[in-house]
Amino acid sequence: MSIAPQLLRGPSLMAEILLSEAEKAFIHHGDDLRCDGRTRLDYRPIILETGLVSNASGSSRLRLANSDVLVGVKVELASPLSEKPLEGRLEFFVDCSANATPEFEGRGGEDLANEICRFLQMSYMSGDTINLSELSVLAGQQCWVLYVDILILECGGNLYDTVSLAVKSALYTTQIPSIKVATMDGDQPELELSEDPYDTKRLNTQNVPCLVTLMKIGNHYLVDPTPEEECCSSSGVVVAVSGSKKITAVRKIGSGSLHPESLVSMLKTASEVGAVVNKILMKKLLEEETAGKTQKVGFMR
Amino acid sequence: MSGTELLSDQGLRIDGRKPNELRRIRCSLGIFAQADGSAYLEQGNTKVLAAVYGPHEIRGSKSKALHDKAFVNCQYSTATFSMGERKRRPRGDRKSTEMSTHLEETFAAAIRTELYPRSQIDIFVEVLQADGGNYTTCVNAAMMALVDAGVPLKDTVVSCTASLVKDTPLVDVNHVEQSGGSPELVVSILPHSGEIVYMSLTQRFHIDHLSKVLDTAIKGCKDIGVILKEIMKGHLTKLDTSLQAS
Repeated sequence: MSIAPQLLRGPSLMAEILLSEAEKAFIHHGDDLRCDGRTRLDYRPIILETGLVSNASGSSRLRLANSDVLVGVKVELASPLSEKPLEGRLEFFVDCSANATPEFEGRGGEDLANEICRFLQMSYMSGDTINLSELSVLAGQQCWVLYVDILILECGGNLYDTVSLAVKSALYTTQIPSIKVATMDGDQPELELSEDPYDTKRLNTQNVPCLVTLMKIGNHYLVDPTPEEECCSSSGVVVAVSGSKKITAVRKIGSGSLHPESLVSMLKTASEVGAVVNKILMKKLLEEETAGKTQKVGFMR
Repeated sequence: MSGTELLSDQGLRIDGRKPNELRRIRCSLGIFAQADGSAYLEQGNTKVLAAVYGPHEIRGSKSKALHDKAFVNCQYSTATFSMGERKRRPRGDRKSTEMSTHLEETFAAAIRTELYPRSQIDIFVEVLQADGGNYTTCVNAAMMALVDAGVPLKDTVVSCTASLVKDTPLVDVNHVEQSGGSPELVVSILPHSGEIVYMSLTQRFHIDHLSKVLDTAIKGCKDIGVILKEIMKGHLTKLDTSLQAS
């Protein structure tokens, strides 16, 4: 047994993974068949449940194999940014819980958290993803701020994708209270919240991007890498793909390098995979919504 | 001030419970694959995840190692969306640090630390939803995670809160009762010996009431202990049958 070097900072920042030479060789040179029986463009099974956190306006818990993420969205009124007076905003916050690995204790997970948080911000910046003017309440004075808080509970590889799917699901379920501007008392507007707690509106999340991580291993690349595969790869790309198949952000990850040609082909594959993932996710969310209020299972499995 | 609201004339509490009634407890063990032990515990609307790593070699500075026993390291952390108002930081504030210290003391008293000299046991708790009795739920969840990890304990630790409204002691207070200005007594005990390993009291009441409130809290602890033991047994029987089947 040899200890695989920590090639990637970030997603595989976790307890060292032990891989034998044979295992490494299989991951590097195997055909279109991976250790767990998947092909290169297959995802592992995903468990998704929304509405688990009653203190949040929207929430979801997503488990992709051993990667576990809980997202809560809280809605608050604030004044809009001076450069964007007609828009509300989304604020992302990622917290790597020490439950995932003792390395995250204290401020240990902050680097990884910031990395994921920054990339999410980048991918939501494009005007195509979400209509932020829907969040405006009173031009230049009041707007809704959506605090998207992401709690990483376990790391089992492919964190970016897991987080993005959970965020999209949480935003899909987020209920924004109806609000009216009642009177203008001089300069001070008086805002009136609807008394009916069910009188809410929802964001259009159709085009919210999903992140697709492609890892380059040997001469090929694959989606949804396991921690072992992340260990064997020296580089990859994370691509944010919106519902309309548009790429809204790209970042190369890892310490290795990529040939421009393979990069282009990876981007193409990512946008196709992303479109499928988006479609399936939206379908499942709709199914869960129409199924009505069933007993929440949550962590009681 | 809020005494009349917290306990109705019919003797029922704000959430419909009787004064000596616990909230519903639900718990599942072994929910994470990577931790050595993990547990999820719900007491009413307070929901906590706990993970245990170890005993393992001391991480970081070796000066923390104790030559005759294991070093118990705890971290209390609250999800930013767990409360009505959004929290800015999940941990690192004074309250969380204090809670971590209390957890460390509580579990150092319960774990048979002398069996693992120069090693470390990590206990991490994460409050996902806060609705009163956060500390007690954390202690109970962490204890279940320790059981799941198979760490030897002198005795299970169970924790419960109690309060006093209109001279009636209330067990297992929720957030509304806690923030309504009534006193809150938190007790952690080792149920076999009945010894108290942690106790704190906020607000004030006459000392004559203390034994009454303390008895209520201890009774609550013992009741929770019985429930948790049943859950443990259920989990272990399930493990046993699945082992025998394979």
